[in-house]
Amino acid sequence: MTIDDLIIDDAEDRRFRVERSVFTKQQILDEEKENIFNRCWLYAGHESELPEPETFLARKIANKPIILTRAKDGEIRAFLNACTHRGNLVCREKAGKGKLLRCFYHSWAFNLEGELAALPGPEAYSGSWKKEDMGLTPVPRVESYRGLIFICHDENVEPLAEYLGDVTEYIDLMLDFTDAESEIAKGEQNYCIGANWKLLVENSFDSYHGLPTHGRYFGKFLNDVKLDSGSWSELNDGDSLGGRSYAFKNGHALTENPARPTPLQIRSQEELADIKKRLTAKYGEERANRITGFNRNIFIFPNLFLIAYWRTIRTFYPVSPDYMEINAWCLLPTNDSPQLKQNRLENFISFLGPAGFGTPDDVAALEGCQKGFAATNRDPGWSDISRGMGKDIADSTDERQMRTFWREWQRRMATQETPVDILDNSDAKK
Amino acid sequence: MSEQATRTSGYMQQDQQLRQEIESYLFYDAQLLDEWRLEEWSEHFCEDARYMVPALDNPDGDYHDSLFLISDDYLTLMSRVSQLKGRNAWVENPLSKTRRLITNVQASEDSDKRIHVRANFAIWRFHQGLSLTYVGRYEHTLARVDNGLKFKVRKSILDMETLRPHGRISIIL
Repeated sequence: MTIDDLIIDDAEDRRFRVERSVFTKQQILDEEKENIFNRCWLYAGHESELPEPETFLARKIANKPIILTRAKDGEIRAFLNACTHRGNLVCREKAGKGKLLRCFYHSWAFNLEGELAALPGPEAYSGSWKKEDMGLTPVPRVESYRGLIFICHDENVEPLAEYLGDVTEYIDLMLDFTDAESEIAKGEQNYCIGANWKLLVENSFDSYHGLPTHGRYFGKFLNDVKLDSGSWSELNDGDSLGGRSYAFKNGHALTENPARPTPLQIRSQEELADIKKRLTAKYGEERANRITGFNRNIFIFPNLFLIAYWRTIRTFYPVSPDYMEINAWCLLPTNDSPQLKQNRLENFISFLGPAGFGTPDDVAALEGCQKGFAATNRDPGWSDISRGMGKDIADSTDERQMRTFWREWQRRMATQETPVDILDNSDAKK
Repeated sequence: MSEQATRTSGYMQQDQQLRQEIESYLFYDAQLLDEWRLEEWSEHFCEDARYMVPALDNPDGDYHDSLFLISDDYLTLMSRVSQLKGRNAWVENPLSKTRRLITNVQASEDSDKRIHVRANFAIWRFHQGLSLTYVGRYEHTLARVDNGLKFKVRKSILDMETLRPHGRISIIL
């Protein structure tokens, strides 16, 4: 059995199936770490989290402790959070301000450029040992796209802008929702799901599950808070939301649905109309309509979602085949009124996050899938991702966006160079 | 919201009668929640009440400008209750079993007759093979209404660093 046998991608028969062992086997995860997480650009943080020179933050990115710094030259750098002496975590705070990061074990101190600035008793070293060789180990590549900081452990990776390619058009549409700067709001969502990480890729832009799984939000909550949920309540499970999905090179993809009202649009109607006026003045009417008229769930391969409607940045990492860690943040304009800011925050958490009216049911669904993968006869069984296959234009409730992910996953996991056209004719972006 | 009374640094002589009253109230609150008697429980909120759980990395944050895990106004809280009693809050269908321990109760009444409550909690949730423990403190504000006590503010501040392995807060804390 090779990676090539784990996905059946039959354009003629319009069947797309993934063998469920990809969600359960440690060997698959080991190969994903090497072929995907060590090779792809990974979202690391937002520039607003390092608001001024001599600030730093430490977080796990794909299970590796990483330090992000903004040194006095203003530049953002990333280092492995491990002392070059004996490996202790150098930075044990989540974030901070200062000139030096000091490992408490033997008190080696590094500046935010990563250089070893001071250590007790340096005269005891001789021979080829040089202080200038003992700086923090950098992550070889750090690049930003409009405030979004990415890192890559592979120094030969293509530049970030090239890696993102045409999906930047849609990232721009999410980020251009304000005529001011954006910043990460205080407060993170750090949670987990007892399920394989790839299930959250599928789930995070699965418009088909929206109404069946989240009836309590769309069918109940919106009515309970006196929102005339007309355009929602007309919909039944399985109905098209009138949206599309789009696929891009390198496995990026997105769903785009016409914006239907949530409490935010009602409670902040006037201020949002005012913002739209300013966007129209800045970008013209057509682009302003594209920015404000749609909800987009934008996937950047392998593990980043930008969810425009809720202003959400969500990333996640596998810890074991059946367990992932998730981090999510809220990206807000710097010039919202206090009331609009509060309304945006409440809108986000009314649906997304571990205590919202949406996410916990996704958590339950994904954990249920993972449990279901143990229900086997003699073979692992298959997951079906055929919905809407072969259509020229993919509906957002189809599964093209997921097939795009899986084809890129297969391309990167394949042991031999197997040509996989992730934008094949049947599923190409129109 | 005055937190002065609940955050006093030194030992403060407490009104023992008030403390006992509040302790009984919190025990009953816990019982209603453990028994999933959510409609009865939801009657104990003023119509301007707010129910909050701050983000774990920002426990002292302000819900006006920080991302919380929960920041329900009255309507949202009432919807939360009715969703949980409904069929399609899948994460709580079937309902989990919970058990709440409430301790270290402190209470004081201010000149506006608002009662400021501080207490510690440990809440276990058992569901489909999971056993999760939520640990933290309450910082509530209660009002005397219609010969009873009602929540103006129900704030549950968790002590865990992350929601791992919890993954969700599907029960009322």
